[in-house]
Amino acid sequence: MTQVQNPPVTTTTTTAAGKYVGQAVDRVDGAVKTTGEARFAAEVPYANVAHAALVHSTVSRGRITAVDTTAAAAVEGVISVITHENAVRMRPPSKVSPIDIDSMASGTTVNYLNTDQVSWNGQPIAVVVAETPHAAHEAAGLVRATYEVQPSTVDFKAEAPNAEPQPSSLILPSGGSKGDAEAALAAAPVSVDLRFTTPMHHHNAIEPHATTAVWDGDRLTVHEASQSVVWVRKHLAHKFSVPAEGIRVIAPFVGGGFGGKANVWAGTILTVLAARMTGRPVRMLLTREGVYRTVGGRTPTIQRVALGARSDGHLTSLIHTSVSQLGRVGGMAEPVTSQSSHLYAADNLLLKQEIVKLDQIANTSMRAPGEAIGTYAIEVAIDELAAELGMDPIELRMVNEPETDPLHGRKFSHRMLREAYARGAERFGWANRSPEPGVTRDGRWLVGMGVATAYHPSFQLRANVTVRVSVDGGVLVRCGFQEMGMGGATAQAQIAADALGVPFESVRVEYGDTALPLAPMAGGSAQTASVATSLLAACEKLKKSMLELAKKSSESPLRGARAADLSARDGGLFHGGRGETYASILARAGIPSVDAAIGSETRLGDLVGNMRFMSKFLMDRRRWVKAACGAQFCEVRVDADTGEVRVSRWLGVFDVGTVINAKTATSQLKGGIVMGIGAALSEESLVDPRHGRVMNPSLAEYHLPVHADVPRIDVEYLDVPDPTMPLGLLGIGEVGITGVAGAIANAVHNATGKRVRDLPITLDKLL
Amino acid sequence: MVDIRMRVNGVEEKVDLSPQVSLLDALRGELGLTGTKKGCDQGACGACTVLVDGERINSCLALAVQYDDRDITTVEGLAGEGEAHPLQKAFIRNDGLQCGYCTSGQLCSAVGMLAEHEAGAPSAVTEHLCATDVELSEDEIRERMSGNLCRCGAYNGIVASIKEVAAS
Repeated sequence: MTQVQNPPVTTTTTTAAGKYVGQAVDRVDGAVKTTGEARFAAEVPYANVAHAALVHSTVSRGRITAVDTTAAAAVEGVISVITHENAVRMRPPSKVSPIDIDSMASGTTVNYLNTDQVSWNGQPIAVVVAETPHAAHEAAGLVRATYEVQPSTVDFKAEAPNAEPQPSSLILPSGGSKGDAEAALAAAPVSVDLRFTTPMHHHNAIEPHATTAVWDGDRLTVHEASQSVVWVRKHLAHKFSVPAEGIRVIAPFVGGGFGGKANVWAGTILTVLAARMTGRPVRMLLTREGVYRTVGGRTPTIQRVALGARSDGHLTSLIHTSVSQLGRVGGMAEPVTSQSSHLYAADNLLLKQEIVKLDQIANTSMRAPGEAIGTYAIEVAIDELAAELGMDPIELRMVNEPETDPLHGRKFSHRMLREAYARGAERFGWANRSPEPGVTRDGRWLVGMGVATAYHPSFQLRANVTVRVSVDGGVLVRCGFQEMGMGGATAQAQIAADALGVPFESVRVEYGDTALPLAPMAGGSAQTASVATSLLAACEKLKKSMLELAKKSSESPLRGARAADLSARDGGLFHGGRGETYASILARAGIPSVDAAIGSETRLGDLVGNMRFMSKFLMDRRRWVKAACGAQFCEVRVDADTGEVRVSRWLGVFDVGTVINAKTATSQLKGGIVMGIGAALSEESLVDPRHGRVMNPSLAEYHLPVHADVPRIDVEYLDVPDPTMPLGLLGIGEVGITGVAGAIANAVHNATGKRVRDLPITLDKLL
Repeated sequence: MVDIRMRVNGVEEKVDLSPQVSLLDALRGELGLTGTKKGCDQGACGACTVLVDGERINSCLALAVQYDDRDITTVEGLAGEGEAHPLQKAFIRNDGLQCGYCTSGQLCSAVGMLAEHEAGAPSAVTEHLCATDVELSEDEIRERMSGNLCRCGAYNGIVASIKEVAAS
């Protein structure tokens, strides 16, 4: 095996004082979100706005032979009924390029309403535009289509035996092996060989997808519920053959995304089309069912985990394979075995991912694609092996804790799972757990404890940032990143305040708008680190400019100072006891403000930036294995008579590097755990195996965790900076959900003696 | 079309609307009060919760014409004169929100829930249904707030906020 020589660690940590970074600062948009003042995509007022509603196909594959819109068009207030027969031509989505992340913008390959071909049950076949939402929805219900039905393949479980190898890309590698894991498994004195299934999931952000589109000639303004304003702009420019520079996409408030608002889906395109064709501003807030019909969810999976061990627990073999689905019209290949190449120092490894292509909507990324469900299978298997060995499951993990990455031997930039488990076990009272299952009782409740590892890779994307300091002492950070509840604007304001040595209150952050410097999508837990890298660089540049400006005056106390000797504090630059504020420097120079920018917005600059980013991304990946990780501890209570499972205690001890905002970071990790509780116990999108239609497309029938399902959750950080990431921070958006379903399944076993290898763990499976 | 009058956040409003229009659509569409959110339009998520004469309802399941001559309070009307409602402040302090889309419903629901509790209403987890003074434990709050979904999972912060305000 070739091993890449590791260069010395270069840290991008600045000399920022850390006055605000790490503090529990209230989120900056708290006031507008608690008063109703915040306007989401469907709420921005426009005079003369029309409303749109979608009509969905009722077959999974076929050709539309006729669409009868007579009754719909006759509804009072209907302006237009747009079908494939009268829609203006749009360009089909561009092909996905493995080296251009932006080419992944389109959710599917379907050219909506420019084709008579139906590719999934629920595909939009018409859009109705009317004076009121009510008229639009009423008319949409009156559109009648007839189809020439074609044979379709929609049953995931039936198709699984025909799975094919999952495509591998630079961004999402698939599988890998070391040694002969099957032979080692067969020879192992102790082993388990297990099959797991996880169902389709849907994101169910409480804000349904929404678009408000306004054309002015070839210029377009779009208010969009999006995790990537840049992708929306690029994709719409392509679809409608207009210059991207003339499109502005605005999304300062996004009501949750979790991956569901990362791609551009039909609703967005058809709202823009409706506005183009009617000449009116058009708004569409998808119905909840509309979200299920037109936005992909998380793929179902079938997984095999086989582990072989010596009697001392040392793993000789680790096998993790998966089958997941793609739509025939696109989808994201779920990296189900991702974490299993990093977690355990097994002598032999086999990781294999396969896919089946179905006539269903393209699946998409949902919080921690791969690890959210992959950690369930591997972490339950480890628990089962521990039981076979008669070992404590934490001890088994510690015996197999690797020094370098097990698959390729790369170095971990940072890894503190041992510390996380030690701290968690002590605080949670792990020693009180009975190793024998089914014996701890509290009245009618069977009580059990479980544990599992949380793991999510860390990386950065490319961000352009400008920072301005003004003569009034105010600082303005401009970056088109997205905020959908993560607390991004608050965290970046803290970082800027420390880097420039100004009060937090004097920093304003503008985001969620393509009129700002370009930023990456909110995905992969990469946003905070990505923006921070450029923000820190911009602040350094700004401080240098301010020093140069100060030095122009003989009166400046900074005359003769060198940049390296300066500290930024008290609203300015100081060396020793001497220095002055930015406001004073600007006032003396008679200049209202100074800007510093990182990144170029020109076509060439963008291209160069993208190439630089890809080479750094790939180099970095060859050098380091970086990840946020943690130990999830839980206690469950299972009703001995009904099988009802209640989660009664939770502790997550996380190694996420530096924590920027202790308040919002805690909320994000808790949010991941809550979503994990849903995946473990109640969430399941049911697909009709004959017609390929999601049968429970509603919040009444797809069961999200509610208040009563969520106990007090304790979150603790080790708070040790990662040496390879800006300010030492590792992303936190996804790691919280990983390991959760595994910990719960293990606790349920400890409580009841029953193993549930098919999510969700509903009470019928425990009776 | 039907003419109705409502007092919304203390302001007398006259609206002329079609009888099928929900109270939610009337608030958001006719009156421009978009603080009240639409998450499912079928009474499953609670994002549209408003107060009618002090009682919480899902405004998506209510026809506006039924609320002629009633007092409606939305999130925009929770604050007093120039001062945020204690729950609004507590939500920010305890980070009882992330994306903010369910927040209006959580706040209105909490105000209504506290009034119900004050009036002695029991919940499914109340041990003695006839008790007049039920301690508002975290379990009681969770049970009584379970009609308001939060996909970001801000439940801990929401419960802490309500508990804090109930105790003060």
